[in-house]
Amino acid sequence: MESVKPILEFNKTCVSYTKQTMAVKYVSAAIDRNTITAIMGPSGCGKSTLLRAANLMHELYPNIRVDGEILLNGENILSMEPVDVRRRIGMVFQRPAPFPTMSITDNVLAGYALNGIRLSKAEREETVERCLKSVALWDEVKDVLNKKGTFLSGGQQQRLCIARALAMKPDVLLMDEPTSALDPIATAHIEKLMQELQKEVTILIVTHNMGQAMRISSKSMFMYLGELVEYGDTATMFSTPKDERTKAYLTGRMG
Amino acid sequence: MTHLKTKHRLLADKAMLWIVCLFATLTAVPLFAILGEVLLRGYDQLSWSFFTETTPTAYKAMKAIEAGEPIPGGIANGIIGTMIMLGMAAIVAVPTGILCGAFLAENPKNRFSQTVSYLTDLLQGTPSVIIGIVTYMWVVVPMKGYSAIAGSVALFVMMLPLIIRSTEETLKILPASLKEAGLALGGNRARVMLKVQLPAAFGGIFTGVLLAISRVIGETAPLMFTALGCSFIRFSIDKPISAVPLLIWEFFNDPNLQELIWGASLFLLLFVLTLNLTAKYLAKKWNQ
Repeated sequence: MESVKPILEFNKTCVSYTKQTMAVKYVSAAIDRNTITAIMGPSGCGKSTLLRAANLMHELYPNIRVDGEILLNGENILSMEPVDVRRRIGMVFQRPAPFPTMSITDNVLAGYALNGIRLSKAEREETVERCLKSVALWDEVKDVLNKKGTFLSGGQQQRLCIARALAMKPDVLLMDEPTSALDPIATAHIEKLMQELQKEVTILIVTHNMGQAMRISSKSMFMYLGELVEYGDTATMFSTPKDERTKAYLTGRMG
Repeated sequence: MTHLKTKHRLLADKAMLWIVCLFATLTAVPLFAILGEVLLRGYDQLSWSFFTETTPTAYKAMKAIEAGEPIPGGIANGIIGTMIMLGMAAIVAVPTGILCGAFLAENPKNRFSQTVSYLTDLLQGTPSVIIGIVTYMWVVVPMKGYSAIAGSVALFVMMLPLIIRSTEETLKILPASLKEAGLALGGNRARVMLKVQLPAAFGGIFTGVLLAISRVIGETAPLMFTALGCSFIRFSIDKPISAVPLLIWEFFNDPNLQELIWGASLFLLLFVLTLNLTAKYLAKKWNQ
């Protein structure tokens, strides 16, 4: 029964930047464990805003208000400490952002350093190897682990950032257009990687790329002007969209 | 017709270019004039002993002038005094300034930090002579005497706003993604600042510190009220102490020592220029 219960659930989630305008309007959706769910929609539809709310990134900007509930295993994260939430919900950003002053090893272990958790040498080595292997970066960087992460190519940097997020063993991994700054080969690498990763972590990904959503996700959300227009099986949504707006977007008449 | 117009426009463009170049060159003239003057007059005096020996007494200098010899002695007491006071000022000003700058960069919209930011601007604009006289009231009077401590307090007050500003500006231009990535890993704001943002901003902050040092190293007025001066090398921080800019002023006031003015000036000028160039170089390297 455990696998039936959703791991992450948006319940009438609203996000507003100003009192008048809502960027996300009453979104309700349940995300299944160990799946990849894609959030699609034209620019400015609120998809990144919704994703960032699930990591409490809005706490950084006092003018942003989030209402409703976001439940992680049934617990409302909006009333939890951001530090605890972010340890369980990892995030990968659009532009690869390895910490420029840290080596590859330190980048992978950054989450532990930032949480003040001390690891033994053996634990450190084990974590670095496990995480880099799970993003298929180990073979490429195992001899240069002490070099700065910024020396890597864009695709490698993004995989390093994914490894860094995985090192904290999160339940959910949020990805905000993780491949939009990468070339097609690096993109293919990361897409393949995500499909491997869904065995251990639930992935919620914002993407502009419909092909990408179709290739990797089992479920898709379509958002338009802050509303969740349609949410369902990716294959069904692409073949027989229920809403006229989804249809317009998928056929390229909108966005 | 169109051809004529084109010609006219090209001509205007050329004229404009010349005017701009002319004014750009004009700004360089004072710098090179000063550098040339100090170099020509001070070059002779620079020698090893100029940096290792202390200021001669007026009597010794007079004797040397009468005998037609170069004035003996140097500015070692001033160099050591300057270093001691700068060092003490920097030890306090650097951490304080960085913490304050970090706070301002993190909380740009809060009323308290806006007030602090405004006060920092005011402090930066406060005439150094006023900082000197106030430090005199605060430190010299209660301690019943001039001292290196008093001098370094004055220099600290002058350095602080410069370090705060440079830290704040450097942190503000870091990409927001760095901070967000740090927080997304579950770090609290203090740890993200300490382990991610400040290390990433190190180059800019270090440049700022160097510029702050080069800015206050030549300050004379505040030291007149606080450090006073001293003709021999001294390491005790509760006694009057010398400094290179103070020496220049003393040499100017003593007809027998006037020849030393230019050597001391040249040293100070070269030191500041070196610091500035180092800062520029580091900033460039850091930006790559």
